[in-house]
Amino acid sequence: MSQPASEAVIRVVGLGKSYATAAGLFPALKGVDLAIRPGEYLAIMGPSGSGKSTFMNLLGCLDTPTIGEYFLAGENVAHLDPDALAILRNRTLGFVFQGFNLLPRMSLQDNVALPLVYAGLDKETRRARARAMLAKVGLERYAESLPNRISGGQQQRVAIARALVNEPRLILADEPTGNLDSHTSEEIMALFDQLNGEGITIVIVTHENDIAAHARRQVRFLDGQIQSDHLSGAVAA
Amino acid sequence: MLKAMLGEAWLAMGANRLRTALTMLGMVIGVGAVVIMMAIGQGAQFAVQQTISTMGANLFIVLSGSFTTSGVRSGSAGGPTLTVGDSEAVAELDGVINVAPTHQGTRQLVYGSQNWSCTVVGTTPEYLDARAWSIVQGAAFSDSDVRSATRVALIGKTVAENLFAGDDPVGKTMRIQQNPFVVIGVLGAKGQSLDGRDQDDTVIVPLTTAQRKVFGTPFLGSVRMIMVQAESAENMAKVEASVEALLRQRHRLREDTPNDFFMRNLSAAAESQAETTRTMSILLGAIASISLLVGGIGIMNIMLVSVTERTREIGIRMAIGARQRDILSQFLLEAVMISFAGCLLGLLLGIGIALGINAFTGMVIVISGSAALVAFAVAATVGIFFGWYPARKAARLDPIEALRYQ
Ligand SMILES: Nc1ncnc2c1ncn2[C@@H]1O[C@H](COP(=O)(O)OP(=O)(O)OP(=O)(O)O)[C@@H](O)[C@H]1O
Ligand SMILES: [Mg+2]
Repeated sequence: MSQPASEAVIRVVGLGKSYATAAGLFPALKGVDLAIRPGEYLAIMGPSGSGKSTFMNLLGCLDTPTIGEYFLAGENVAHLDPDALAILRNRTLGFVFQGFNLLPRMSLQDNVALPLVYAGLDKETRRARARAMLAKVGLERYAESLPNRISGGQQQRVAIARALVNEPRLILADEPTGNLDSHTSEEIMALFDQLNGEGITIVIVTHENDIAAHARRQVRFLDGQIQSDHLSGAVAA
Repeated sequence: MLKAMLGEAWLAMGANRLRTALTMLGMVIGVGAVVIMMAIGQGAQFAVQQTISTMGANLFIVLSGSFTTSGVRSGSAGGPTLTVGDSEAVAELDGVINVAPTHQGTRQLVYGSQNWSCTVVGTTPEYLDARAWSIVQGAAFSDSDVRSATRVALIGKTVAENLFAGDDPVGKTMRIQQNPFVVIGVLGAKGQSLDGRDQDDTVIVPLTTAQRKVFGTPFLGSVRMIMVQAESAENMAKVEASVEALLRQRHRLREDTPNDFFMRNLSAAAESQAETTRTMSILLGAIASISLLVGGIGIMNIMLVSVTERTREIGIRMAIGARQRDILSQFLLEAVMISFAGCLLGLLLGIGIALGINAFTGMVIVISGSAALVAFAVAATVGIFFGWYPARKAARLDPIEALRYQ
C-alpha cells in the first residue's frame, strides 16, 4: 500500500451497527464518520450505552458493521471474511481490554508470545520478542510467572506488551484503566504516552476526564453518534 | 506451530486429568477389544494353517463300524469291517495319492528302568507321507518291514525326551507289551493337534507287527481305520464319494443298508474349529465397534463441554489473531490426542489380555504389527470424526460473543 504518511490510518464513513434484540433491531451506532491520522492520540468518551465499545470493536476488526465503510491503512475492511479479519487483528493492530484477558494457564511470556504463534514465527524469535516486550513494560523478571501471580496493573502492562509484540502501528484500548485504581491508571497512561511518543497511533475509550486529558484529541459519543470532536485542551480536567 | 499446539493440547488434557482419563475409557476398551479380536482371529487362522500343515493336507479317515438308526456307532459289536484289501482298493482310485491302513491305541513303553505311556500307531510307510511327517534321525521303516512284521519303531520327540532322557535312542531296544522293538528313527516335532493332544507323544510301528504283538488283533486282515489323502482340496468331495461307493460295493451293502464304516474329513474339522473362533472374533469385533462408538461419543461430549468452558479463551485467541483453522486444529488435535492416548492404553490392555487368554486357555493368539496399525488408524479416525463437530463449533464462534462469555 502506497499511502502517504499523512493519509488517515483509520477512516470510517457512515458506519452503523444494529443489534438484533427481542424488541427488534437496536441501532447501537448510527452513521459515524471519523478519520484518524497516523501518530494521533485520541480519547473516546461518552455516557454508558452510547456505543463506544461497539465502535471500538468495529475499529478492532472484532466485529463487522451493519452498514458503512471502514478503511484501515487505506484498505476497505468492512466486509472481509473472518480469517482476513483475524490476520488484521494479528498484524495491523493491537487491542487492549478492560479485563486484561490474559490466558490463565500460560506463563506471561507465553501470553505475550501467543500472537506470534498465530503469525507463524519460530520458537526462538517468539521467545526473544516476547522477552523484549516484557522488558519494555518493565516486567521481564515475571516472564515465567502465571498471570494470577501479579497485580492488575502489571497484568494490564503484560496485555499491552502482547498488543505490541507484532509491532503494530495502531493500539486500540477499551477502558484499559477501568479496573485499576487512580495511581496504577497513571502508570498505564504513562506507558501509552511513551508509545505515542514513539509514533504509535493510540485510540482509547475512557469515562474519566483526567485519563482523556492524556490524549490530544477527544471525541464524545451520544446515542450512537459523534456529539463533539475537540483538539487538545478543549476538555476541562 | 504444530509443536506449540501439541504442547498446548497436552496442557489442556492435563488440566483436567480425571475427566480426560474417564473420556479415554471408551477408547481403551474399544481398542483393547480390536486388539484381542485380531489376536484371536489371526491366531485361529494361524492355528488352522499350522494344524493342516502338521496334520497333512486334504486328509480324511475311514473308520470301521456303523451307525445304528439312532445314530450311535456300533463298531465293536460287529467287529472291524475294514480290511487291508479295502485299503489297497482305495489306493487304486483316481485322485488318491496316499492311503494308510492304521491301528492305534495307548500302550506302555519300557526302556531300562524308565516307563512311558503313549499312543502306538501301527501303519504303513504311506502314513508318514500323508501326514508329511519327517524323520530327523535314523530312517523310516519300509514296505518289506510291514510284510515281514519286523519289530522296529519310530518314536516321537516327546517319547525320545521322556523315555530315553538324554540317550541317543536310535539303535536302542525298548519294550512294548513285553516285546522288544528296535528304535530305528526319531520323528520330527509336530506340536499339538487340533484337540490339544501332543502329536509327538507317539510311536509308529509296522501295521502287521502292531496287530500281532501290540494289539493282538484276532483278524489279521482287518483294520480299524484307513487314512486317505486326496490330491487336492478341490477333488476332496469327489474322492470321498468314490471311496464311499467303492467300500459299499466291496462290502456288498444293499441300497437300503447304512454304511458299515464312517468317514471323517480332518481338514474340514480343522476349518470348522477355525470357524468357531472366527465367529467369536466377529462377536468381539461387534463389542469393539460399539465401545469405539461410545468412546467416540464420549470424546465428542467432553470436547463440547470443553469448548463451552473455554469460550472466553477462544475469544481471546481470536482477538489476538487466531484464524478459524487455528482454533479448529487446536481442538481437533486435542480430541485426537485423547483418542491416541486411549488407543495406546487400549493396545497395552488388549495385548495383556490376549497374552492372558493364551496363558490360561492355550488358545493360539497372534499379535502382529498390523493390529497396532489398525488400532492407531481407528483412533485417528474416531478422534477426527468425533472431534470435528466440537472443533468446528469452537472455530465458528463470534469473537465478540466469545469474549463477552463469563
Ligand atoms: N450484542 C448486543 N446485543 C444487543 N445489544 C447490544 C449488544 N452490544 C451492545 N448492545 C447495546 O448497544 C448499546 C451500546 O453499547 P456499547 O457497549 O457500545 O456502549 P458503551 O458506550 O461501550 O457503554 P459503556 O460505557 O457502558 O461501556 C447499548 O445500549 C447496549 O445495550
Ligand atoms: Mg463499553
